[in-house]
Amino acid sequence: MERIPILKLGNFLLVSIQVDMHDQLALNLQEELTARIVQDNAKGVLIDISALEVVDSFIGRMLANIASMARILDAETVVVGMRPAVAITMVELGLSLPGVRTALNVEKGIEILTSLITRDTDEHPAE
Amino acid sequence: MEKKSIIIEVLRSHEKELLQEWQREGLTPGTFRTDLVSSDELKQQMELFFEHLLEALEKDHEGEISQENWKPVRSFLADLSRSRARQGFTPTETALFVFSLKRPIFRLLQDYLKDNPARLGKELWNINALLDKLGLFTTETYIKSKEEIIRRQQEEMLELSTPVVKIWEQIVAVPLIGTLDSARTQTVMENLLQEIVNVSATVAIIDITGVPTVDTLVAQHLIKTVSAARLMGTECIISGIRPQIAQTMIHLGVSFQDITTKATLAEAIKYGLSRVGYRISRIESSRQ
Repeated sequence: MERIPILKLGNFLLVSIQVDMHDQLALNLQEELTARIVQDNAKGVLIDISALEVVDSFIGRMLANIASMARILDAETVVVGMRPAVAITMVELGLSLPGVRTALNVEKGIEILTSLITRDTDEHPAE
Repeated sequence: MEKKSIIIEVLRSHEKELLQEWQREGLTPGTFRTDLVSSDELKQQMELFFEHLLEALEKDHEGEISQENWKPVRSFLADLSRSRARQGFTPTETALFVFSLKRPIFRLLQDYLKDNPARLGKELWNINALLDKLGLFTTETYIKSKEEIIRRQQEEMLELSTPVVKIWEQIVAVPLIGTLDSARTQTVMENLLQEIVNVSATVAIIDITGVPTVDTLVAQHLIKTVSAARLMGTECIISGIRPQIAQTMIHLGVSFQDITTKATLAEAIKYGLSRVGYRISRIESSRQ
């Protein structure tokens, strides 16, 4: 069965979506990712959608949901590499992903995640 | 067949005087624009048209101007009205080129068929219908070419009005000028997002100094653009909001929540530079 790999990178997870998403795939990803966040004690999730060319309302909502779920599990989510056409579609669908961090590419995404996670740990040095 | 050839016969035999009368008709003040076309040119056009008309009539008595036989007449008239539309003739003046031929022909037919009123009526009706068709054809071509001019200008304006400029590395700006409608916003949005990818910009400035009015629809468009840019990982700044616009926006209940806004483009650039880690400072030695 087709699945989207989830890679562990230090204390965050990297999800790179390289195929066109269909509904079942998105649901599987949501399930697996939440499980992995807990299992690996991940502090951040990086979702790379630079290869994603089409989104529909379902996939858009899934992205928003995954990000919200990760946040509840105390992991910051950064969505990176959204294409212009996809961004326009998402906005037209009314899915502007409030509260989700975004970055232009994986490199910048990692920068944001690293600064977020170090800031979090710096803020509570005693814990 | 026999009935139809009368008109051709009349036109052929009186070609010279008919043309002269037509030219007199066409050159009377009110119908003739001396400022736009010379009388020699007009005479030439009339002779050419008359020649085409006779040839077409000889081939096809029915006067079906959409047929192949009438192609030379059609293309001549199309060229004529296109050039007249460009020169600045009014539609009436353009159509009068054809309609002014009516009186000379009618007069001629009246003389020729004065003993046969029934026949005269029929012939008059036929030639009248034909000239009406040709006149309408000119008007139609005239309007079409005008529309084409308008469409081309609209396209040019769309291209002209949406440049995305790179301010510094990682900073792009769009100075918006003129009223924003849905079509323009779409172009602006697409251009901006594409440029964000090309430059890999982290800050995008939308300057609305040149936008005369901001209503709820325009604000909605702006918010959409900002949201789309944010989804791609770029922070958007809206700058150049004039005091009146700020007031109307609040009165309308539009608020740019969560969007960085600056009063001037200079402020926006300064802010943008600081976001990517630069600072503008004056060189000590040049201070006077």
